[in-house]
Amino acid sequence: MKTPRIRTWMAALAASSLILTGCSAGASDSGEQAKKDSMTIAFTAEPVNLDFTSTSGIAIPEALMENVYESLVRVDGEGEIQPALAEDWDVSDDRKTYTFHLQKDVKFSNGADLTSEDVKFSYERVQNDWKNALKSKMDVVESIETPDDLTVEIALKKPSNTWLFNLTSLVGAVFDTEGTDNLAKEAIGTGPFSIEKFTAGQSIDFAARDDYWGEAPAVDNVQFKYFKDAVSASNALKSGEIDIVSNLQAPELAGEFQSNDYQIISGTTNGEVVLSMNNAKGIFKDKKAREAVMHAIDRKAVLDTAWAGYGELIGSMVPPTDPYYEDLTKVWDYDPQKAKDLIAEAGIEGETFAFTVPNLPYAKAISEIVSAQLEEVGLKADIETQEFPAVWLDKTFTEHKFDMSVINHAEPRDILTVFSNDYYIGYDDSKIKKIAEKADTGTEEEYVSGMKKIAKTITEDAASDFLFLFPNLVIAKSDIAGIPANRVNDAFRIADLSWN
Amino acid sequence: MITYLANRAVQFVLALIVASVVVFALMSILPGNAAQVALGTNATPEAVAALEAQYGLDQPPLVRYFDWVGGMLTGDFGTSYVTGSSITPVIVGSVQVTGILVVAAIILAIVIAVPLGTFAALEQRNWIGVTISALSQIGIAVPNFLAAIILVIVFSLTLGWFPSQGWMAPVEGLGGFLLRLVLPVVSLALVQAAILTRYVRSAVLDVMREDYIRTARAKGLTQTKALFVHGLRNAAIPVITVAGVQLATLLVGAVIIEQIFVIPGIGSELVRAVANRDLVTVQGIVMVLVLLVLIINLIVDVLYPLVDPRIRNAS
Repeated sequence: MKTPRIRTWMAALAASSLILTGCSAGASDSGEQAKKDSMTIAFTAEPVNLDFTSTSGIAIPEALMENVYESLVRVDGEGEIQPALAEDWDVSDDRKTYTFHLQKDVKFSNGADLTSEDVKFSYERVQNDWKNALKSKMDVVESIETPDDLTVEIALKKPSNTWLFNLTSLVGAVFDTEGTDNLAKEAIGTGPFSIEKFTAGQSIDFAARDDYWGEAPAVDNVQFKYFKDAVSASNALKSGEIDIVSNLQAPELAGEFQSNDYQIISGTTNGEVVLSMNNAKGIFKDKKAREAVMHAIDRKAVLDTAWAGYGELIGSMVPPTDPYYEDLTKVWDYDPQKAKDLIAEAGIEGETFAFTVPNLPYAKAISEIVSAQLEEVGLKADIETQEFPAVWLDKTFTEHKFDMSVINHAEPRDILTVFSNDYYIGYDDSKIKKIAEKADTGTEEEYVSGMKKIAKTITEDAASDFLFLFPNLVIAKSDIAGIPANRVNDAFRIADLSWN
Repeated sequence: MITYLANRAVQFVLALIVASVVVFALMSILPGNAAQVALGTNATPEAVAALEAQYGLDQPPLVRYFDWVGGMLTGDFGTSYVTGSSITPVIVGSVQVTGILVVAAIILAIVIAVPLGTFAALEQRNWIGVTISALSQIGIAVPNFLAAIILVIVFSLTLGWFPSQGWMAPVEGLGGFLLRLVLPVVSLALVQAAILTRYVRSAVLDVMREDYIRTARAKGLTQTKALFVHGLRNAAIPVITVAGVQLATLLVGAVIIEQIFVIPGIGSELVRAVANRDLVTVQGIVMVLVLLVLIINLIVDVLYPLVDPRIRNAS
């Protein structure tokens, strides 16, 4: 009596599961054929719009610089400045006037020709109209002349070594005089790609331009796809739905890709992971307390535990791709006993301090091991996790309500910004200010030696602990070539990518 | 019946007003400054102040509140701080995506739960009935995101049947749309199906103990026939209530599932807006969610008297 009824139910269940699985036919056929002329890359930081002139953050320049917008010059993977829209340039003897000679036959994606007027328009726009605070990088420019269509003469108020490098960043982007009406939605540049489709926060589709002035890219269609979750991104790579994971935010997942099907690239970035200490007030105002921290932290252990050993120890606020890099990892050795002695001298044994930690994967991982190491020498961290960016920017960065924090300072050549008086760390920059001015206006050698001196002074002052250099951890299918190993500026250059 | 519906309508409007006040107040005390977030770590205090003025954040709260509510009444949810464009189309688009997910999930949950629950009740002393009960108990304990991860590992990474993430609108291709729909919908539906199965089972068991079923049996009907002819309609009332509550839960559960599967629904928009302190967008989305939950409740309330004459006549 009962058996037939059960059988009916079972049959119904089986039928419905068949219907469910039946639609799977052809699930994996996407991607395979279109492979050779298209590529999909996963990113974490998502652009909310396309306008980096009014919106901060790395996400927008990461997608647009060098791909859609170009500058007069660009920086290569070794940190050297190379020609871009400027074929070459002359510098006057007093090093205050730069004459740039533009490439010929350059067109914007709206069909307009690139002329010196566009450069003048763009750089004056930075000075007058930009809302992004990075505009101050153009402050040193006094006047811009356009003797002819292909020549731009830029006069500076004083010689500046940093200015030419700054042109490689987003402030150097050249816009069409008619192309800035709707920057948030429409990007018109001279670069090898144009934007075909932009879905805010989700994806950007790039299409190679056939009227590009330079060498044509090998891949016609590139999609940037944004994943909040590192596991989702690595799953998508494993199942073949994407081709590259740019800067994996969960390095422990990298191990799963150690096979012939994938390549793991661990290059450098400009991101110094700084264990910042409040120099201006609280427990770490005392230099001895900061020195104690420098001796108490085993940076190698921090790197291995928090970021699976990917990254580099640097010992200063300078990445190896900067011209004034110097290995300062030996200035502060790991010596818990010395740390204990210093803590006793400073009279702060057993003290509790406020450790504000942004809710970012690396910061949370670092805070655990750092507070454990500090507890061993007699300091107790009161960890407060703060939502990033909103709360961290508000409490720690703006109001300076912290004793210790940890953050990846990702801006290129940002040592003077981070260690200036009014920045949240509260470092007293009276010692380095003069050196900085002299270095910027001096010759290139004077620049390098001056900046070296500054980096060393800051490290010796124990102004903050430079834990490690954030790696550029890229996981990609093994048959992709041209992935930049080092990230020396904001741009993720896609023109060099190709399928083998 | 009319008083009953009028009462519900007044409650509906009052709840909306209270919700708008609460949402607005909460947004006002949320730490973090929208202008500061937009400008980042290099911003000067003057630049932050200027942007605040541009957003109207320096206006008194009452002015901002009435501006906002007034806009919503005319179908304008405001302009986003970060994108600079109207958020109404963003909300409409993302609600459609989440709507498809949630409705598909609840339908799937009902399709699984009603036969399974009824069967579990009919066969309560049989090993199969016991097994279904045990499985549904396990199902309730599994969070959505864990179900999602397991489904991805099995059906996407191992078997390669379905994509592990992504979304495609039905107009872009029906096949691609359905393929991408399966895993998120199943991960949302499994837990709800497990919960619903238990409710269906106990509702059917309750009905089977009723006098009218005994009467029907005495007149010669089999247990199953008596149940199908007289019982299921009565068993439907608690099930409708639970399904209504579940629909609201699913809207919230979708926030996580959308993150895992990278689906551009209202959950993804909400998370992004909160991170960017795009308060206008957050307020708009939360109000839409409140509105949807209230509408679901209203529909459940209206369905009661239609299903159950006793409620209809009592009111």
